[in-house]
Amino acid sequence: MSERSASANYTANCKARAGINNFVIKFANTNGTGSASANHMFAKAIFRMGVPISPKNIFPSNIQGLPTWYEIRVSEKGYMGRRDGVDIMVSVNPQTMAKDVEEVLPGGYFVYDATKPLDLRLIRNDVNYIGLPLTETCLREYSDPKQRQLFKNVLYVGALSALLGIEFSVLKDLVADQFKGKERLITPNIHALELGYQFASNEYDCPLGLRVERRDLVGDKILMTGNAATGLGAVYGGATVAAWYPITPSTSVVDSFEKYAKRLRIDPGSGKKNYAIAQAEDELSAIGMVIGASWNGARAFTATSGPGISLMSEFLGLAYFAEVPVVLYNVQRAGPSTGMPTRTQQSDLLACAYASHGDTKHVLLFPSSPKECFDFSADALDLAERLQTPVIVMLDLDLGMNDHMSAPLAWDDTRAYDRGKVLDAQDLLQVEKFGRYLDVDGDGICYRTYPGTHPTKGAFFTRGTSRDPYAIYSEDPALYVDNMERLERKFETAKSYLPVPEQFTVEGGSDYGVIFFGTSTDATLEALDMLAADGLAMDGLRVRAFPFNKDVDKFIAEHKEVFVVEQNRDGQLRSLLINENNADQRKLISILNYNGMPITATFICEQIKQSHPMAVQQKPVKRA
Amino acid sequence: MTYQKPNFRHPDAPINEIGYTRRDYEGALSTLCAGCGHDSISAALTTACFELSVPPHRVAKLSGIGCSSKTPTYFLGNSHGFNSVHGRMPSITTGANLANRDLIYVGVSGDGDSASIGLGQFAHVVRRNLNMLYIVENNGCYGLTKGQTSATTDLGSISKSGVENQLAPIDLVNLALQLGATFVARSFSGDKEQLIPLIKAAMSHHGFAFIDVVSPCVTFNNNPGSKKSYDFVREHVQATATVDFVPMEQEITIQQEPGTTQEVTLHDGSAIHLHKALADVDVHDRRSALRAIKDHQEQGEILTGLLYVDPDPKDFHSVIDTVDKPLNTLTEKVLCPGSENLQSINESLR
Repeated sequence: MSERSASANYTANCKARAGINNFVIKFANTNGTGSASANHMFAKAIFRMGVPISPKNIFPSNIQGLPTWYEIRVSEKGYMGRRDGVDIMVSVNPQTMAKDVEEVLPGGYFVYDATKPLDLRLIRNDVNYIGLPLTETCLREYSDPKQRQLFKNVLYVGALSALLGIEFSVLKDLVADQFKGKERLITPNIHALELGYQFASNEYDCPLGLRVERRDLVGDKILMTGNAATGLGAVYGGATVAAWYPITPSTSVVDSFEKYAKRLRIDPGSGKKNYAIAQAEDELSAIGMVIGASWNGARAFTATSGPGISLMSEFLGLAYFAEVPVVLYNVQRAGPSTGMPTRTQQSDLLACAYASHGDTKHVLLFPSSPKECFDFSADALDLAERLQTPVIVMLDLDLGMNDHMSAPLAWDDTRAYDRGKVLDAQDLLQVEKFGRYLDVDGDGICYRTYPGTHPTKGAFFTRGTSRDPYAIYSEDPALYVDNMERLERKFETAKSYLPVPEQFTVEGGSDYGVIFFGTSTDATLEALDMLAADGLAMDGLRVRAFPFNKDVDKFIAEHKEVFVVEQNRDGQLRSLLINENNADQRKLISILNYNGMPITATFICEQIKQSHPMAVQQKPVKRA
Repeated sequence: MTYQKPNFRHPDAPINEIGYTRRDYEGALSTLCAGCGHDSISAALTTACFELSVPPHRVAKLSGIGCSSKTPTYFLGNSHGFNSVHGRMPSITTGANLANRDLIYVGVSGDGDSASIGLGQFAHVVRRNLNMLYIVENNGCYGLTKGQTSATTDLGSISKSGVENQLAPIDLVNLALQLGATFVARSFSGDKEQLIPLIKAAMSHHGFAFIDVVSPCVTFNNNPGSKKSYDFVREHVQATATVDFVPMEQEITIQQEPGTTQEVTLHDGSAIHLHKALADVDVHDRRSALRAIKDHQEQGEILTGLLYVDPDPKDFHSVIDTVDKPLNTLTEKVLCPGSENLQSINESLR
């Protein structure tokens, strides 16, 4: 060991941060260097020790060579929202070192590659520095350039294992899992882990005050991305046609659908596929294929992000007016326009709720966990066919592309698909005169037929123009209004089929409330705890669908003031509440985070206190 | 202007192999201008379907937007139709075909719909070799929006308002050949003897079949100086051959014709006989077709007829390897992997 690695020189002059199962560790890497799998293994090891974790990938819109970060919050209390400030920074990217050092909290740790001496300008006297000879060791141990790069990451995972008390056996099992089928890679990986472990144990007092201890707080939870769950949900929900165009961050929805379909949707007799995936030439074509397939009686879906929504808007209007089922998974990212393709946001609400010209309104679903992504994904296929209209499932990059702890996925084997109101050949014999747009039941939803059903009954034209109830082209003013009103009726009917809001009521109730949805959930629930500890208890309501359930109206009516937490600049959910439900806008106060990073509880608390000091209990002032 | 059609059916009306008369293949009365070429194409489609004995309800009619796209209402009244949005009929047809490979898909489009806004979707549906009949009713103008120049308008052609087109035209037949289309033909709305057998062959073709039908617009593009007027086309058309379509079961009873004959057998066993009037197109050779089109173009002629056919094409379903049963007939039993599989998946995520 050279004198340079005596990082004992760089110890904080303040108390070192300590605590069990309660810290934020952030890895600063360069993308394309194999860091993702090493960091993921590290996160999963803690998860397997029964401690709740929330990992987030902060990656650039690039393939190789730019900075990428992986941030893991470890929280015994189960707070899974992002938290500001880093306890341990593992800095393997010289490009961002100066910036990374700034993020470390006083008393925190800065782990770095000690092969080169640390730039003195990066030394803060309130941070503890831990040097690891990563490059030096790899150059010595391996001759293959690829291995020299990859094992640097595994080396620091091994070192962290000693420093943070992560059980080595758990890491070994993870290596065995990861390289199942490629067993010859297991030994060198474990060797790299051991080298890191040995070095850290010898050089530093392990474990640090800040560390991990085994618990039983994870139970039977799984670790999964929202997109993977969505793709799987589409398999379970009976989708047979997937048409798509690649776009970050929605691509992995279809990848997941394909991965599971390849395994679970092959016809045993012929070896052929019980599904079709078409990679379209653009988003317009993708949604066109979905509409064609749905029209023809197959369950179909597409997945996209903001820019794709803009392109798909014309067809969404057609599907709305001609009443063809569409399932669309929108994994929102920061806009407007190309925006920040690899950052999260919840800014497509208005574009999706009102997609297309004319008076249109679409059903939206807001999942907030992988389990909900799975459930809503399958439910959307039922809903689209029951309501004969587009159903847009609104995820975002944070939910879709990051791993989240979730309750395990479940499926009721007795569940049958709801194909909605479809008349087959037998049914048609009972009908005197079939009208595609006849409101027979009064709920606004009419009966349809699939092409090819009956030789002389049931055929009709589907088109985007106005028409009479028998699908004959018409420009008659009264018929047009009738049809538009029926569509409104149908939208009202939709409410009874959609998931109801989730409510969080404090004991005794409160005059103040918070409304939130999707990935704001974790941070908001933590914020509610923080506010309650400060003496301000508030009720919470998590919106899960649009059109809004009457419980949302009730919630707003019953509170003096309601904070609407969302991740966009223009308060789009708030606008929808006012526009659609006549909510009293004086009561609704926006709490907005839209910088592309997932919202934090601290932010919500501060914003609530700032925007409404009256709502916060004043502490009595001591008079001299 | 939609009149009620009389229900009278002549007792001696001929019936086809499945017991239908030609009447059963008709649609509503046309609202297009009197003399519109598109109406002749609708008539040809009606006759072709009748003669092929396809069950009318087993055909799905799709179109975009434009005068041509209105025509599916005027034929096959017992078939489902989808009049979609401008330039996007191919994607709707692709999705519909994926859902049910057993129906017959007829896509009707125009030159605006396919050569301008729809050029992208046109190119890609050709590449996919989607099993469908794609007809472009090509009048070289935008009829429904009152006569603007289209992308297929010939160089030097003069519009109704007297403006000369100076932009190079797109030839969809040429484009289709270059993109790998497995059945390419051109015809003229006024020549039903050629058009009907072509349509029959195209509908029997097990892949993408494209027919570009020159269809003069009486209102906006039938003026002197227009290269898609009735007069111009009649004077400048050249047929590759007279075409005769022989379904699989029918015996050939005509005598051997003098001159060279090329027989093309299709995937389902039916055959196209080409009695060669002009020996300059080998319909199995893409390059031969491209050359012939160019040669005739340089002489100011429109070459019509069957230009290219791949007798054993691999359609999109074959490429993506879907099951034989239409996807829209599959149920939960086959589609839902069940709770046990889900348990294993949960396990793999812990």
